[in-house]
Amino acid sequence: MKAQPADHPLNGLLRTERIPHIWCPGCGIGTAFSACLTALLNSGMDLTKTAMVSGIGCSGRAAGYVKLDSYHTTHGRAIPFATGMKLARPELNVVVFSGDGDLFAIGGNHFIHGARRNVDLTVVCVNNFNYGMTGGQAAATTPTYAKTTTTPLGNPDTPFNLPLLAYAAGATFVARWTILHNRDLTRCLEEALAHRGFSFVEVLAPCPTGYGRRNREKPLDALHLYQEHAVIRNGASPIEVELDPKRAITLGTFVQIQRATCIDMYDKVCRPAVAL
Amino acid sequence: MKPAVWTGDHFFTGDIACAEGALAAGCRFFAGYPITPATEIAEHMATRLPEVGGTYIQMEDEIASMAAILGASCAGVKSMTATSGPGFSLMMENLGLGICTETPCVVVNVQRAGPSTGLPTLGAQADMMQARWGSHGHYEIIALAPASPQELFHLTITAFNLSETYRLPVLVMADEVVGHLSERVVIPPAAAVKTRERVPASGRRDRYKPFQRGACGVAPMAAAGAGYAVHVSGLTHDERGYPDMSAAGQEKMMTWLTEKIRANRDKIIQTESYRLDDAEIAIVSYGISARSSLAAVDEARAAGIRAGLLRLVTVWPFPEELIRDLAGRVRALVTVELNLGQIHLEVERCARGQAPAILVGHAGGAVIPPEEIVARLSAVSRT
Repeated sequence: MKAQPADHPLNGLLRTERIPHIWCPGCGIGTAFSACLTALLNSGMDLTKTAMVSGIGCSGRAAGYVKLDSYHTTHGRAIPFATGMKLARPELNVVVFSGDGDLFAIGGNHFIHGARRNVDLTVVCVNNFNYGMTGGQAAATTPTYAKTTTTPLGNPDTPFNLPLLAYAAGATFVARWTILHNRDLTRCLEEALAHRGFSFVEVLAPCPTGYGRRNREKPLDALHLYQEHAVIRNGASPIEVELDPKRAITLGTFVQIQRATCIDMYDKVCRPAVAL
Repeated sequence: MKPAVWTGDHFFTGDIACAEGALAAGCRFFAGYPITPATEIAEHMATRLPEVGGTYIQMEDEIASMAAILGASCAGVKSMTATSGPGFSLMMENLGLGICTETPCVVVNVQRAGPSTGLPTLGAQADMMQARWGSHGHYEIIALAPASPQELFHLTITAFNLSETYRLPVLVMADEVVGHLSERVVIPPAAAVKTRERVPASGRRDRYKPFQRGACGVAPMAAAGAGYAVHVSGLTHDERGYPDMSAAGQEKMMTWLTEKIRANRDKIIQTESYRLDDAEIAIVSYGISARSSLAAVDEARAAGIRAGLLRLVTVWPFPEELIRDLAGRVRALVTVELNLGQIHLEVERCARGQAPAILVGHAGGAVIPPEEIVARLSAVSRT
């Protein structure tokens, strides 16, 4: 009799009938996704009361694989959709899992307002420096001089420093890790899930198909960069964590503060009688 | 908590009546963005929702507002937004998500004159085709056209009930005049308000299909947190909600999304007839223009012109058969609307050449006076 392969510990959280997934070989999204699932399992949260909301793009496909209430919405709109869900049913835990293009270009306005309101959401952003789904175009995170299909001569623009943007907008938990730092990332995601308020975790991940091959960066090269240039500085000022993938990649939890959430304030200001 | 149904005789605007209708229908979540002439709906909801245990949020724009009400609805809470022209344009993207994912909600458009910023404070009925086709792709929609504050109250309830019955966003296509008009509005006792409540999912989790397509109507909808681990996607999907990237899958989903409305047209479509039985000239109108038309019918009759009015309460789906039959027994069809010919073209199409279709319309900014309609009726009657 042939031995049955051991059940994968994350199978309970996967729509296994939807596997194989669409992510390319060498892509980092799967690692970020499994770290997120592990964190969800470890969190002790009631997973039947937990929803995942995604936008559009490669990372946005996560909602299609997770066996939770999962919502694959429109491009950039995961945060306002999740905001409506959380405010309508505050007992739900709502996780937004999406990419840098989705959350910070087309969805940038929604991101800053979600952070400003301190909506109790956990926002996981896989940052692979480009639009992968459409074949490697420039994003709001693409490093200056990097080549993409829409910056064939190099990117003339300046990328966002995502932790600084999140902090400036009002996020109360801000962190950055890479997929190489899997255990740190998983632990960080557990903390982000437990955090009351708008938590933001940036996860650096290679996109060999879209970004890597135009910038002489094979999947392993990206991991080597993460290893060689990573500096872990918990509590670093977000202003000092500007990303320079070839020189300095500052990682850690930069912001972890308590502030009344959107719902706390609504209850206090608008419906004190109901809250009692 | 205060009562959600504000029973009694009131004197207030259509916008307030709309908000009260939503509360009476069970709406407990409103996301919006200020815009003339719909702002008063948001303002009233901001005051009233917390009183009834609901939630109001002012979002960063209308894109976010539409996204938020879909999120709230997926969490099992009846939700609404209200806007006008430019905001309605921004909502088109997520309106499509609501249609594709069969998510009930209500979108109110208190129409003003466009295009672009247009005449923000003055009325028009020029978003009627945007209501029909504004989001990309082919779909069916339900749109209602209230003609008074009282009707804004009732039709907002109807809109919620239809959205729950057929699982889709329903549009209330009001206009600035009806929205800002103050009139008597009678709100019935709570027990007399008929509301359609969502059928929750039941039975085994592994057998539940959130988008089951069946003869018995739309599938029960499992809210987030109900334990069914649903997957909801704006991609073309199967009955489980899983993406099906094929022409065959598209055909199946689209057939369902369109047929669930088309097959129930008779149950959905509401119209009102006035002095139409022996009419030689039939006016087709809706919203504020139908009120001018009503006066015009009486004035024309007094002048010996046999005119009648077909008022469209439901504009989409369009009452095609009714117009076709009417065209077969009148000398002319006159469409009265505050645009340069939108529903007019539908009337002309449905008349199939049996009777000429004539437009009485203008670009918006003022109500069409009854005299203008009567003048046209009398010109038509002489030909």
